[in-house]
Amino acid sequence: MRRTAIIVYTASGEKQLQTPNVLEMRGICKSFPGVRALHDVSFTLRSGEVHALMGENGAGKSTLIKVMTGVYEKDSGQITVEGKAMHFRSPQDAQAFGVGTVYQEISLCHNLTVAENMFIGRGRYAFVDWKGMREKTARLLDSLGIPARPTQQLSSCSLAVQQMIAIARAIDMDCRILILDEPTSSLDEDEVRKLFSLMRELKSRGVGIVFVTHFLDQVYEISDRITVLRNGEFIGDYDASSLPQLELVSKMMGKALDDVSQIKKREVPALEGGAPVFEAQGLSSAAGVRPFDFAIRKGEVNGFTGLLGSGRSESVRAIYAADKVTGGEIKVHGRKARIGEPIQAMKLGIGYLPEDRKGDGIIAELSVRDNIILALQVMKGFFKPFSRKEAESFADEYIERLNIKTASTSTPIKSLSGGNQQKVILARWLLTHPEYLILDEPTRGIDVGTKVEIQKLVLKLAEEGVSVTFISSEIEEMLRTCSRLIVMKDRAIVGELSGESLTERDVLHVIAGGGE
Amino acid sequence: MARMRSRGFQVFLPLSVLAILILINLIKGADYFSISIINGALYGNIPNILFGASELVILSIGMTLVTSSSGGQDISVGVAGAITSSVFVRLLLSSGGITWAAILAAFLASCAVGIAIGAFNGALVAVFKVQPMVATLILFTAGRSVAFLIDGRLSPILANDLTSQVGSVIPGVPIQTPIILTAVFIALFAVLLRTTNLKLYSQCVGINQKAARLNGINPVRIKFLTYMILGVCSAVAGFIAVTKAGRHDSVNLLKYVEMDAILAVAIGGNPLGGGTFSIAGSIIGAYTIEVLNRTLLRLEVDTETIKAFKAAFIIILMVIASPVVRQFAARGSRWMRDRLGGSAQAGQR
Repeated sequence: MRRTAIIVYTASGEKQLQTPNVLEMRGICKSFPGVRALHDVSFTLRSGEVHALMGENGAGKSTLIKVMTGVYEKDSGQITVEGKAMHFRSPQDAQAFGVGTVYQEISLCHNLTVAENMFIGRGRYAFVDWKGMREKTARLLDSLGIPARPTQQLSSCSLAVQQMIAIARAIDMDCRILILDEPTSSLDEDEVRKLFSLMRELKSRGVGIVFVTHFLDQVYEISDRITVLRNGEFIGDYDASSLPQLELVSKMMGKALDDVSQIKKREVPALEGGAPVFEAQGLSSAAGVRPFDFAIRKGEVNGFTGLLGSGRSESVRAIYAADKVTGGEIKVHGRKARIGEPIQAMKLGIGYLPEDRKGDGIIAELSVRDNIILALQVMKGFFKPFSRKEAESFADEYIERLNIKTASTSTPIKSLSGGNQQKVILARWLLTHPEYLILDEPTRGIDVGTKVEIQKLVLKLAEEGVSVTFISSEIEEMLRTCSRLIVMKDRAIVGELSGESLTERDVLHVIAGGGE
Repeated sequence: MARMRSRGFQVFLPLSVLAILILINLIKGADYFSISIINGALYGNIPNILFGASELVILSIGMTLVTSSSGGQDISVGVAGAITSSVFVRLLLSSGGITWAAILAAFLASCAVGIAIGAFNGALVAVFKVQPMVATLILFTAGRSVAFLIDGRLSPILANDLTSQVGSVIPGVPIQTPIILTAVFIALFAVLLRTTNLKLYSQCVGINQKAARLNGINPVRIKFLTYMILGVCSAVAGFIAVTKAGRHDSVNLLKYVEMDAILAVAIGGNPLGGGTFSIAGSIIGAYTIEVLNRTLLRLEVDTETIKAFKAAFIIILMVIASPVVRQFAARGSRWMRDRLGGSAQAGQR
């Protein structure tokens, strides 16, 4: 029944304006404690189109997808599928209404055959018709041009083919909305091409495809339309053909919404003066960042910029030895040093606030106090614990200085809001009085007020002589705080901007174009 | 305030269970607390509990640490105690004469063996990242045979005054020696926690290993260390157990104690998945188990059926302590508070 409806639509659907919306989301809001993940977001998907969902880290893409697929329930807003209002309570619910999802991490069973994977969890009876299953699978694979045999074990297929099988499974379950979340990130060029031809085939059958990726070139190769989110807000939807790549990047990185006038950009200090505090040469790490050179002077604020996956985080992680360092030389104050483990970096006066606050930063169940003193305590040594009184006074001092909102110093950090957790981690590093502080996305996912506070703090630290490397997905924020920007693409440095050339336009140019 | 509350709840449950058990005992006979003096030492229900639980208390302390840092349990502690005590007995019996110095030397040697056992388990868990229960299963399986081989024969006997004094009473001292040893051990452990960052580090490693490393902690080293400390605990427990028994029975010494030690950690309100811990909770948990055993005996439950009763009791306890019931209770207390106003607040705690 549903199939026929689609065929009718696609038959008349040459003109896009007349193509009906297979999925419409209006005014979607979703909040988590302390974070507003989505605010008044709209999204429309037409049948027979590939629609790219774009945005930086924390823009709300994954939250929107989870609302779409019923993993999260929306706080408010409307979802209509083919004109009918829907309220998905679970992924099964969404699947029953034709919303299929294929995640980056393929959620199939590797040790089963292709046919088994195609039908697992779908049987209504205790008995299985093996032969019918194999034949049906063979037909489906054939019609979609997927190079796999039904009896083949899934793990013997390449990643791309596995992904296609996951897609085929979704199609066979009668899905009309297909969500592909970063399907290409682990595929090589050839495999990407195969995937794209499958996507085109589905498109012609009238399936609406939501495509999430970080690769701009791929967006333009396959997408009809693009929706951009930033900071949980809807920026707009555009025809891919009428939105130049440069403009897309600027929309993704955006003009910050916070009060620009609050912060006056500092005079760039004489960079020529003074020897570098920290220097790296040919540094590379196991996380796959290509060897790079880097230096920072006393009181300088610089930043690594580039799109997500460009290697900006991996670079600073290499400096701090957060990932295994595979090569390169390091000098601190002109003297050769070795950083093989984070503790060595700490002892050289380097602090690192990680991008992944939850996974790398907080010790969730421990108190705010323990979280604040942790780094300094470790530097002081195993046999020299701070007394309760000392720890308490450190915690009190920084709770006041950074205006951390917590019930007490003994509250577990996990019960604080995201912004306050971030401030606790910041306090942890400030307490060590670092000479060089690396802040990777310190403002991500936190409210505007706190963002401004953190930016001001960075500038104040620099005035006091601390060198800071600042990374943010929001380019405005970086332009305001950094006096030098290092631009990355494909895990390598592609440009460096400072002084006159440090304008939004120039930065976007380098990011989008890769050249200067 | 928040600290008091979360801490309070953790110890609140085992303490109230302990109170209920004591109440049952008092109903059974009002002479429960009576203490008599035999041969110049104190005897009675309470001293007997403290005496009987000594090994379990010591093991549960080490088990708490290992649970915290590695998020798993060591099921070889009883066997490890059997091995270390076999070394102790062998060395003591082969020394010239049994003196206090010889006992001390043999005890220290058995502690060294305990550390070696801890290092073995710790290496498997921390370096080779084997699941703790699987890693310690190796020794659990093989350990008693090793102890037998060290003994060289069945049940060597420690027939001398000095070791039996360690296992019971030293003349002139009114308290049984294992109770004193346990108290000293707890005190030493308190000093260890106070003078080092062991607690902070092992909690960090247990909660978030990646973050711990980024803050300069070496997770491998900390896990390794906690297993070695547990090894010492096993050695001390083995030492007490063998002097109590007066002979080394490699098959039955400290049998099944590992399960009680894990249980003590759980009753103490410590998450068995690692992270935050309270040693006090585990110690109370260990004594609770001993009281439970003795209460069932006192109620004249058949020795054959005692385990079933014990299990039933523990199931009830664990359900009460489960997050589901706790949440339910919290909701109930909020509801009550709304109904009765602020005056009921104190009563709810």
